[in-house]
Amino acid sequence: MLDVYKIREDFPILGKKVNNTDLIYFDNAATSQTPNQVINVISNYYRENNSNIHRGLHSLSADATNKYENSRSIIKNHFGAAHEQEIIFTSGTTHGINIISSGLEKFISSKDELIVSEMEHHSNIVPWQMLCEKTGSKLKVIPINDDGTLNMEEYRLLLTPKVKFVFINHVSNTLGIVNPINEIIDLAHKNNSKVLIDGAQGAAHFKINLQELDVDYYVASAHKLCGPTGVGFLYGKSELLDSLPPYQGGGEMISTVSFKKTEYADLPHKFEAGTPNIAGVIGFGAAIDYMNSIGFDNIEAYEKQLLDYATENLKKIDNIKIYGDVDHKISVISFNIGNHHPSDIGSILDQYGIAVRTGQHCTQPIMDHFNIPGTVRASFSFYNTKSEIDLFIDAVKKASKMLG
Amino acid sequence: MHSIQQIQDQIIDEFNFFKDWSEKYQYLIDLGKNLPEFKDSNRIDSNLIKGCQSKVWLNSSFDNNLVIFEADSDAIISKGIISLLIRVFSGHTPEEIISANVDFIEKIGLNSHLSQTRANGLLSMVKQIKIYALAYQAKK
Repeated sequence: MLDVYKIREDFPILGKKVNNTDLIYFDNAATSQTPNQVINVISNYYRENNSNIHRGLHSLSADATNKYENSRSIIKNHFGAAHEQEIIFTSGTTHGINIISSGLEKFISSKDELIVSEMEHHSNIVPWQMLCEKTGSKLKVIPINDDGTLNMEEYRLLLTPKVKFVFINHVSNTLGIVNPINEIIDLAHKNNSKVLIDGAQGAAHFKINLQELDVDYYVASAHKLCGPTGVGFLYGKSELLDSLPPYQGGGEMISTVSFKKTEYADLPHKFEAGTPNIAGVIGFGAAIDYMNSIGFDNIEAYEKQLLDYATENLKKIDNIKIYGDVDHKISVISFNIGNHHPSDIGSILDQYGIAVRTGQHCTQPIMDHFNIPGTVRASFSFYNTKSEIDLFIDAVKKASKMLG
Repeated sequence: MHSIQQIQDQIIDEFNFFKDWSEKYQYLIDLGKNLPEFKDSNRIDSNLIKGCQSKVWLNSSFDNNLVIFEADSDAIISKGIISLLIRVFSGHTPEEIISANVDFIEKIGLNSHLSQTRANGLLSMVKQIKIYALAYQAKK
């Protein structure tokens, strides 16, 4: 098991005071905090290495290119991709989804159907709605059950021969529920449908093997995995990425350019037009290394303890309603207390130095399903402690009492 | 009738009596609970203020050269803040409202509600109040 107090020393922000009290950071599902091991790599890059990659012959550029490409290897190995070229660096999950949605346009016609679920983040809904508008295809929605889980029977019924693609999140950002993506992918493949998994919330909490999953596309963001903001990756099987047109034109993504005809570069460069977020990508690699040094099995087991402890104690509070209180979930708890507005609870918790997210969490369809204006969402990471949860529970009780 | 600045100064004085944030919040919650009832017929989308995490409705009317504001919210702390804004702005002329410098929010220590995030719509509320005043001035 991990030594949380030793780990906390790696995160300078965790020593910060907010509203004259020690910060308790429970908004990890929105973004995770950054350890010195990542901060130092990024600042050292600007001190020691800063130069453009894949272009210069000079040593500085070669060094930066090596570090950048090394991050690709780290990510390929960690997520179990077959080839480095299947890892495309993006600005984040949303960017990855948009590369695919724009690339699929030429493969989709008005006869086709696409599937999303009711629990998706807006960024895994809106790009597909835009694709449907452009192509005349139809978007179908897997409903959720009242416990927040996906209705798999409905999914089976929706999977008709017309369905070309299925877009599902690995883990719900609002409810923390881990979806049965093995089964979702198998059923889709038996139906000759391809699958994109939005891994924004999944990638940080347990080990994932993309080849074992046999998923077609997977997208995630570095900033949920102790890395910097503005970086992420898109995984795609080589033959699928090869078949897609480039997303943006520019430098880096070409092999030859003339006014007669321009040839595009091979993977992964075809999708990495322009100077990328080099420092961010190198920081992303450092973040994966850092998390592996702690161990994803340790992280998963410890976060489960935090989740169980917080859930058990929150349930003792009068009139509390937890959404998505099921067995298979990550350390995210979405709740409301009585009829109190989540923003009221959140504002009071902020005064106690506790950072939680309140509102709809970019998942309006879930809020409509439960007929609520939003929830309070507390999300824990491996650097949080049980004593922080005690203070949080106490503050929730005080907030509830103040609101009367 | 006190000027907008005088009312703001009164509010700042009242808040100076509170020992800590929890007393301020309790006061806001009580103000929110005591806000006069908002007519259902005014709880319409065109009265909704964009930029608040909670729903905030602001309705205005113009009578005898004075702008009258009524408002409501589904969150109680927002309602408390609205109650203060109504006390400051309602019953003044468009010119007074347009030229008013809103300083009480910062001075009573509610800065966290002033940030430029989508979650905190206090700036949007003040802006909407001024937009109504501008509209009434233009109509005159």
